Order: sequence, then structure tokens, then C-alpha cells
Amino acid sequence: MQLSDEEKKRRRTRSIAIGLALAGVVVLFYLVTIVRLGSNVVNRPF
Amino acid sequence: MTDTSLEIAGSDFEGTAPSGTVGDFIALMKPRVMSLVLFTGLVGLVVAPGSMHPVLAIATLICIGVGAGASGALNMWYDADIDAIMQRTASRPVPRGRVAREEALTFGTVLAVGSILSMGLLVNWLAAFLLAVTIGFYLFIYTMWLKRRTPQNIVIGGASGALPPMIGWAAATGSLSLEPFILFLIIFMWTPPHFWALALYREGDYSRAGVPMLPVVAGGDATRLQILIYSLILAPLGVLPVAVGLGGLVYAVTAGVLGGLFVLLAWRVYSCREGRAAERAARQLFGFSILYLLLLFTALLVEQNSGTTVNVWALV
Repeated sequence: MQLSDEEKKRRRTRSIAIGLALAGVVVLFYLVTIVRLGSNVVNRPF
Repeated sequence: MTDTSLEIAGSDFEGTAPSGTVGDFIALMKPRVMSLVLFTGLVGLVVAPGSMHPVLAIATLICIGVGAGASGALNMWYDADIDAIMQRTASRPVPRGRVAREEALTFGTVLAVGSILSMGLLVNWLAAFLLAVTIGFYLFIYTMWLKRRTPQNIVIGGASGALPPMIGWAAATGSLSLEPFILFLIIFMWTPPHFWALALYREGDYSRAGVPMLPVVAGGDATRLQILIYSLILAPLGVLPVAVGLGGLVYAVTAGVLGGLFVLLAWRVYSCREGRAAERAARQLFGFSILYLLLLFTALLVEQNSGTTVNVWALV
């Protein structure tokens, strides 16, 4: 299936949006993990 | 009732071909509905006792917002055939042929599963369960079962739109109590007069699409009476948060005035039954109903946040 230039442009924009959304999810999970662990992050046994 | 193989804007509903812009996919999430859902969810979260870390509060709101978006996308997937017939919804991405039905289904499903799991993992599983109930109720009970079968569709289906304050409360406290249930009841009783006012001046739309809204099935007069009855129940219900300490003096006055105006506009809808005046009355009630909910919950939010809650009972 041959995509037109317009379709390629739309697909590219969608891909960027999906990428940004996924990056946002990663950051959100990271931040919530840090918040939940709190000061216990440094209190782990070695 | 409806022809599910309609061809709109050159796009066959049954085939996967179109793939719209990012804006089309945002439109699938019904951003205006989402904003009201987010706001009521925020109020449930803020008025709950205790404090919540801002990051967790933001995570909660993102999950609620994405969950609401999922409901919108799944609704547009299932209702594409009737959306194409109704003037109000004909410009939605699926009937316009900008997004394929399968894309809407996939998009909605991914968002629904993602938001529920994220809520469970990031916040708590009670909030996740309530979010799942909200999405499931909207899709399976309202969209698939009730909407095309009974004029009570938006009465029962309204439960899904009323749940967000309970989700916010559950996210903040990990439990449920009477207070969030009162907020649920307010939105639940607000939904029928809100949608029936719209249906009064969009009756032709619903009739063409075969959606048995109350004005289509029971007629305008019966709908006007129902609107008045629900408004008379809603007005005192709006003041109820004062009784459980959620709202103080500012809220009591706001809810009283807004409730009075709601009943007044409902009375105008009831008494004005013919011509342009009748349509204007219905439009006014519909517009005001959105403002009512917004201002009512804003009063709750502002009063709680400013710490100026005055116990009304102490003044009596």
C-alpha cells in the first residue's frame, strides 16, 4: 500500500505523539515511584 | 433501527483505512466532556480528608482524564452509525471518515486498560476499580444496552458520569463514605434535566437516529414535567453537602441561589411549550445546567481550599 505525502506526514505526527505520550508515562511512573519510596530510597541495606 | 454499513465521507465504517491527525484522535476523547469529568474528579480529590502528594494527585487526574477519553472513543466506535445521522455528532472523526471504527476501538481499549492499570499501580486499586466501573458502565450499560432501547437511558447511564468525584475521593483516602456519595447523587440527579433540555430542541436529531430519548418517546410535555420534577429534587440535593460538613456558608448560599435559578429555568421550560420561546427556554436551561455544576463544585473547591469553611450548623 502506497501512502501519499499527506498520509506519511500524518503518520509521522501520530508516531511523535505516541512517543511523547509513552515518555510521559515513563516519567510519571518514575516520579510516583520516587514519591512512594520517599526517604526509604537511601535506607536500603547494602 | 440503524444501518451499520453506512458510507460517510467516502469511508466504509466496516473497513480499516483512514488514519486521522492527532487532533482527530483527541476529538475521539470528547475533550469537553473530559474537562467536566476531570473537574468533578478534582473536586472529589480535594475535598477528601487528609492530604495527597501533588505528584499522586496529578497521576490520579491523568488516569481519570484518560479513562474519560477512553469512554468517549469507545462510545464513538459503537455509535458511529447513529452519530452519522445526527447533526450534532455528524462531524465527529468516525462519521466524517477521518478515523476508522477499528482505530477508535483499538484507541479506546488501549486507553481504558492503560488508565485502569495505571490508576491501580500508581494510586490505589479501589480508585482503579471505580474507574473500570465508570468506563464499563458507560460502554456496556449506557452505550450498548440502554441508549437505543429505553428513554431511561440517560437516567441510569448518568451513573457513569456521576462517579468521578467518588474516584477522586477514593484516590485520596483509599476508601469511600457518605460524602462522595452525595456528590455522586448531585451529578446523578443533574444529568436527566441536563440531557432532556438538550433533547427537547434536538428531538428531530434523536428521532431520525432512532434513539428513544424521552421527548421522542413520551413527547415534549411529559419531558418538561420530568425536567421540572428532577430539578425540584436536584435543588435541595445541591445543598446537602452542607449537612455532612463538605460545604460551609459560602457553599450553602451558592447552592441555594443556583438551585433556585435551576428550578426557575426548569419552570420556564415547563410553562413555555410552543415555538421559538420554548426552544429558547430549553437552550437556556441546557446552558445553565453546565454552569450550575461548574459553579456548585467550584464553590466547594474554593471554600475547602481557602480554609474559610464556616460551619453552618454552628450559626443556627
